[in-house]
Amino acid sequence: MSEQLTGAEIVFKALNEHGVDHIFGYPGGAVLPLYDQISKEKNIKHILVRHEQGAGHAAEGYARSSGKPGIALVTSGPGATNMVTALTDAYMDSIPLVCISGQVPTHLIGTDAFQECDTTGITRPCTKHNWLVKDVNQLAEIIHKAFHIATSGRPGPVLVDIPKDVQFQKGVYKSANQVVVETYKPKLKAELTSIEKAVELIVKSKKPIIYSGGGVINAGTKASDALTEFARVTNFPITSTLQGLGAFPGSDPQFLGMLGMHGTYEANNAMHECDLMINVGARFDDRITGRVDAFSPNSKKIHIDIDPSSINKIVKVDVAIVGDCLSVLNDMLTTLKNKHSDFCSSNKEKISDWWKQINKWREKKSLSYKHDDKLIMPQYAVERLYELTKNKDSFITTEVGQHQMWAAQYYKFDKPNRWMTSGGLGTMGYGLPAAIGTQIANPGKLVVDIAGEASILMNIQEMSTAVQYKLPIKIFILNNQWMGMVRQWQELLHGKNYSESYTEALPDFVKLAEAYGAVGIRAKTPKELDDKINEMVDIDRPVIFDCLVKKDENCFPMIPSGKPHNEMILGPEDDEGITEEGKVLV
Amino acid sequence: MSKSAYEIDDHHDSVERYVVVAWVDNEAGVLARVSGLFSGRGYNIESLAVSEVDHERKISRITIATNGTKEVIKQIQAQVLKLVPVHKVNTYPINEETIFRELALVKFIGEGEILQKAEQLCVDNKFEFLDKTSKSFIVQALGLRTEIDEFIKKIKALGTVSISRTGALAMKKGSETVKDNKGLVL
Repeated sequence: MSEQLTGAEIVFKALNEHGVDHIFGYPGGAVLPLYDQISKEKNIKHILVRHEQGAGHAAEGYARSSGKPGIALVTSGPGATNMVTALTDAYMDSIPLVCISGQVPTHLIGTDAFQECDTTGITRPCTKHNWLVKDVNQLAEIIHKAFHIATSGRPGPVLVDIPKDVQFQKGVYKSANQVVVETYKPKLKAELTSIEKAVELIVKSKKPIIYSGGGVINAGTKASDALTEFARVTNFPITSTLQGLGAFPGSDPQFLGMLGMHGTYEANNAMHECDLMINVGARFDDRITGRVDAFSPNSKKIHIDIDPSSINKIVKVDVAIVGDCLSVLNDMLTTLKNKHSDFCSSNKEKISDWWKQINKWREKKSLSYKHDDKLIMPQYAVERLYELTKNKDSFITTEVGQHQMWAAQYYKFDKPNRWMTSGGLGTMGYGLPAAIGTQIANPGKLVVDIAGEASILMNIQEMSTAVQYKLPIKIFILNNQWMGMVRQWQELLHGKNYSESYTEALPDFVKLAEAYGAVGIRAKTPKELDDKINEMVDIDRPVIFDCLVKKDENCFPMIPSGKPHNEMILGPEDDEGITEEGKVLV
Repeated sequence: MSKSAYEIDDHHDSVERYVVVAWVDNEAGVLARVSGLFSGRGYNIESLAVSEVDHERKISRITIATNGTKEVIKQIQAQVLKLVPVHKVNTYPINEETIFRELALVKFIGEGEILQKAEQLCVDNKFEFLDKTSKSFIVQALGLRTEIDEFIKKIKALGTVSISRTGALAMKKGSETVKDNKGLVL
């Protein structure tokens, strides 16, 4: 007879089998048997957060910066509902998370028991899949399936809900190699015919552009190498979505900067004017496309995506390639080299006019801004942070808002997995816990959360976690006392009616840092900024850096809602009218 | 149909009725996953019929009548297939190549001449009587949705009725079948 283990033992045996080294969690009544077991685990360290949402985002930061799944453990009821935002965030940005939640004992399910909620019901639309485990003998199998589904295909969050009695019950362990999911078979390798069709378009194109996204990062570091090789071989200009930053070196002249709502002039115009668009692992998100019916009107479009439901969802494409970015890029490179060996030599000439046009757009210098002697410009703050930390292989997380866009515009990422930001869901409060997860996965590295003073307050309690585990994360707050992006939209769209977007009674962030046992630094003038940033970087403890910036600066360039790529606002003097239709859009 | 502000301009494509058939593992919550996907993404469910069709493999067949443009229907198919417990998804436009059937149980309450008239209507339609009393009957109406709609309209005009209806079932004509990943007929 097979060895009998308790449910709690089975959970951790499975986690060990999957090489889990850290769990982010918060205890409670319905997970006590699991916490009892945690204390006996030698190879798994638990990180105690201060709010379950923090556990979720920390697990996301861990996952995005390491390429491994992030693990979260929460109790039933409020523990699970507090996790919903993080699960939704991970689902939108395709981040592999395995969340284990406790549930009231099976005989109490459905009785409105204390701390009971319908966790699988609530999390059904915000997970890739979820399970309620009613039989301890299925527990191991379900956890293995959870890992498989979270990490394969288009990654995403999964949740396993385990009633307390199941955690106590004894059952049989099954190892991962005994488990198959019959209905779930993500397709990694694309059809050769679609690769060949794509290559035919590539060799013919005179005005091509590569538009890469988070799918490249999710396909692993080798996919980023393959993307870089593909760009080098073709000499095609390349732009990236917010989530794809770092897959191709951001400091490289072939890179046009980020595209989309706050993308560069050259990237967006190249998208609009191109004759061939090669979408590698991006999803034509509305922040990217702007007005869909005027989106890149004269181009053939190739779309590489591992998720078949992304194809033709927003934008109809000419060649759809369903597969893993790494496999597809390698196949495309092979086909290109085998069938068109002369392509590389002839290509530079063919697209030279296109590069000339792009360089003309570049001359607009759409990321320039007015410098100020007395006030710190937020853009300048990010630029200086970049210059002073770029040689450190640093990791950047962000909250959500203007500071996030400035970080994406002015901090250049040369490697994948260095940039953790909430793109799809746009979750304020993401950056601090994500920085914690990132630092756990990358000990000894510099981790900076570029934050806004409003966002940071949404999960500020996690400072306590950073201090407890001696995680020297840096919270770099661009403090303008406004919910900056809300204020900007109110200025542009609502007749400067700044309704509820100013934060009165902000805390003193230096004292707040000290209250948590961290270090507080404040910078008020451009003159002192460099020294203070250096001071921050040198401190081997958590730091809150309160960077007081110009209060009413707007984030430009900007494609206003309802406008196509070639109708950007470049700065405050560029007052394009926004239509009534555009106002309705988010 | 998607009502997103960024909706594809697909006004040129006409909205048509389709039947979406999904073969799923018969496990807890699977119907909620499918129906929740429809409501969450703004797709319409006109009718829905579901039951286990293979007790050994525990596979259920979910049949959903919906409407949308070709593109929307393709998107529905891709989204439903993405759900983990789903084996296969097929979509059938409502046309000659596919058999569609719905069933309704109709209880009519009435007396004398009215009851006789209502009975005659059922006889004309060749519907089977399942229960008869001096004041009522229950009839089983079988056919296309439009046929049953028409019948119900007529019998309602005669008196008091209580109606129970299934969703549509669909099956492609001819010997062609749908197979799962292992090549087994679904």
